[in-house]
Amino acid sequence: MTPSGAGAKEAPKYTKKDFESDQDVRWCPGCGDYAILSAIQKTMPDLGIPKEDIVFISGIGCSSRFPYYMNTYGFHTIHGRAPAIATGLRVARPELKIFVVTGDGDGLSIGGNHMLHVLRRNVNLTILLFNNRIYGLTKGQYSPTSELGKVTKSTPVGSADRPVNPLAFALGCGATFVARTVDRNIPHMDEMLKRAAKHKGTGFVEILQNCNVYNDLAWNVIYDRESKVQHELRLEHGKPLLFGPQDDRRALIMEGVTPKVVRAKDVPESTLWVHDEKNVNAAKLLADLFAPEFPIPVGVLAAVDAPVYEDIMLEQEEKAISERGPGDIAKLLTSGDTWKIS
Amino acid sequence: MSQIATPATGVEKSRKALNRAVIRFAGDSGDGMQLTGEQFTTESAWAGNDLATLPNFPAEIRAPAGTLFGVSSFQLQFGSQRVYTPGDRLDCLVAMNPAALKVHLRDLKTGGLLIVNTQAFDKRNLDKAGYAANPLDEPALAERYRLHKVDMTGLTHEAIKDLPLNTKEKDRTKNFFALGLVSWIYTRPLEPTLAWIEKRFAKNKDIAEANTRVLKAGHAFGETAEIFGEHYAIEPAEMAPGLYRAMTGNRALAWGILAAAQRSKVPVVYGAYPITPASDILHELAMHKRFRVRTIQAEDEIAAVTAAIGASFGGAIGITASSGPGVALKSEGIGLAVTAELPLVVLNIQRAGPSTGMPTKTEQADLMQALYGRNSEAPVVVLAPATPGDCFYVAYEAVRLAAKYMVPVIVLSDGFLANGSEPWLIPDATKLPPIEITFRTEQEGFFPYLRDPATLARPWVRPGTPGLEHRIGGIEKQDVTGNISYDPENHDHMVRTRAEKVRRVAQEIPPTSINGPATGDLLVVGWGGTYGAITAAVEQAQTAGKSVASVHLRHLNPLPPDLGHILREYRKVLVPEINSGQLVRVLRAEYLVDAVGFNRVRGLPLASEEIYEAINQLLGSKP
Repeated sequence: MTPSGAGAKEAPKYTKKDFESDQDVRWCPGCGDYAILSAIQKTMPDLGIPKEDIVFISGIGCSSRFPYYMNTYGFHTIHGRAPAIATGLRVARPELKIFVVTGDGDGLSIGGNHMLHVLRRNVNLTILLFNNRIYGLTKGQYSPTSELGKVTKSTPVGSADRPVNPLAFALGCGATFVARTVDRNIPHMDEMLKRAAKHKGTGFVEILQNCNVYNDLAWNVIYDRESKVQHELRLEHGKPLLFGPQDDRRALIMEGVTPKVVRAKDVPESTLWVHDEKNVNAAKLLADLFAPEFPIPVGVLAAVDAPVYEDIMLEQEEKAISERGPGDIAKLLTSGDTWKIS
Repeated sequence: MSQIATPATGVEKSRKALNRAVIRFAGDSGDGMQLTGEQFTTESAWAGNDLATLPNFPAEIRAPAGTLFGVSSFQLQFGSQRVYTPGDRLDCLVAMNPAALKVHLRDLKTGGLLIVNTQAFDKRNLDKAGYAANPLDEPALAERYRLHKVDMTGLTHEAIKDLPLNTKEKDRTKNFFALGLVSWIYTRPLEPTLAWIEKRFAKNKDIAEANTRVLKAGHAFGETAEIFGEHYAIEPAEMAPGLYRAMTGNRALAWGILAAAQRSKVPVVYGAYPITPASDILHELAMHKRFRVRTIQAEDEIAAVTAAIGASFGGAIGITASSGPGVALKSEGIGLAVTAELPLVVLNIQRAGPSTGMPTKTEQADLMQALYGRNSEAPVVVLAPATPGDCFYVAYEAVRLAAKYMVPVIVLSDGFLANGSEPWLIPDATKLPPIEITFRTEQEGFFPYLRDPATLARPWVRPGTPGLEHRIGGIEKQDVTGNISYDPENHDHMVRTRAEKVRRVAQEIPPTSINGPATGDLLVVGWGGTYGAITAAVEQAQTAGKSVASVHLRHLNPLPPDLGHILREYRKVLVPEINSGQLVRVLRAEYLVDAVGFNRVRGLPLASEEIYEAINQLLGSKP
């Protein structure tokens, strides 16, 4: 067994096709999930992991149909519980590479508690949260990431609850790898998937995804070409936080303890905010920023090292065995206070 | 007080032989009654008696001192013959304070031995217990019982006055005085307790010395004080030869799991969320990492069961445990294991409900929950242990069946079995039935829902097996291929197939053992923790010449194949249960027999006395 990470075996040279299952894909035509599926299937060969060692676990919802379309091991489970199922699988089989596919409702509403705990435990697996800000499979109710006042079938005059921010939530839970990408940016998705998959611990990726039936263009602020240029902030480790059109770059800086947007040319280079993936506090500030007042951070917000749950558990097991030998039930049964009756 | 320090100098007291005795230590939760009872149990086991115990304690961790609800007690019956239950009525009650007297006196037999710690009967404690006047001054008390007023607190302090301990520390040793005294009364060996004290307090010599001295002082007090006219001897019981140990139900479940892990050579993943009275299984398993049992203290009950299911998907044995309220939360997960056809063991340590109910009190009202408490048609195997030691075999069997049939197995233990203990004949681990688990690796002709013709089990495949990549899930699937299917006929077929798979577990059930004549006037049918009380009552009726037999069901789903036939061999059928009538409904529905229930739901084990009365009533005869 090789704790924390597959890859002990040499993987054959795969192509995207090797990861396509024989099942018909049943998402609505035009759904953002198609692009994500394609990106993931395309990325898989680059991970260098034998496909029999890869497992996709999901809960319930549109995104959770995902495992059926991957030609790997897969388990489509129950609503919200994928992180817990994956934790049990990981503890049983630490040599497997596990992906959890979830959505905003599955992962942050009914499964919010499991999401919290898998992140704080830092179980070695990759979580892909497809965030379309709506319940699709149940036909269009507002979700925990829907904006306040969202008008849906279940909230005809607007929702009354404020949305949760997946990135801020994950960081608040103690996540060790947090990233955001967009379903309409295939190369970036590809890059984020690889980074998350290689992270030691829980890799959490929010994928902004379009539900063209119930919440079309919810992320238009980053889809629309002009708006994207204005708002997308590509996070790059060691680079200053600059965004906006090339001829009018903006900078994100800290004024005291408050993030602020300024014209890049108006501030000296020394005052620029240089992105540092190891700085979780900075990541927490970034996680809360969004258009229109602020840019939309896209990329790796944080990537830090921390102890991995199942590694600790297995180390304890190996230590117990190396110190006192494997368990022996016959010895245990006769240990302690016993007495003989003849 | 000089008599305490003086060694016994030949004070002759008569020693009477008894067949059995029921005693109860009762005091404040802080008085150490559980420890006292456990040590008395060990002494009795050393003396070669058969025994059964009933710990009873409040759910509050530190209930306010002196209150009625803060009373903690430990009861045991020990004897020179087979002992099936902790006993109904008490031969001896030790009451360490007024609240304990008030709560427990009603269970003491007229003429029974009543030992009280007089110093605790002060105004404050009397008020807390709701006594207007000191009950010890009532002449009626001494007339009705053999009352011994002993200043245990005072004598304890006297015995250790020169030790450098504070008053509180000294006070805390008084339970050893009670233990020493009662040990003398029933001629128990002190050696196991002395050895225990030495080991337990190895790092604190003064406490060890204090407890040792106080234990001996209590013993000497019995021997020398003029007030105890007689004491008792209980001969060793005739028990099967072999090596014994004391075993509680929760520990037996944990060890059964360890045995199954070792025998099957498959790691166990145990997911659990803390809940009374199941947590001790988690604590026990967490100590035995060498068996490759991986324990996850999950964030909630749902995560506990689903982590176990995830582990099973990975080729480990997934086990979870809880009590009724927690099992309710696990229902959806259990349904997933039913349709994914993965092995899963769910231990339910039943407690009094509904809702939070009475967490530390026993009940067996989750049978219907185990059988039917899930959405749709979700059959599972249901087993129930009969005694604390039997929990070992039932846990082992649950793992064996779950893996063989690729099915969830629910084990219904209860609070009484969980915490109660019995002398347990240690089994030969090599003689346990084999647990043979084979994971499919053959690619040729593989489908995830191909079925074994004998068991209908689908193949168990470990992810990581090349060429067998496949997807399963909670959505209905086509038989054999496992592809998603909404076909009406396929769904009907799958519902029947999942049920048939559980039914086929019946081929594993040995012939039902009947305690008594194979045909007769009355058959008593029980399950779970009522085994002792039912057996004692039935044997009493048999001794009285009644035509009565009993069977005790370990397999509740499926039921034993010979049960229908057995039920028809008796004119009447009585089903005692600690619920409002659950097994009795199943038997009536399944076999169209006019079975009658005997039901008490008090959070306590059934008394054999009341079952005996119910037997006589149904037979239309006087006891």
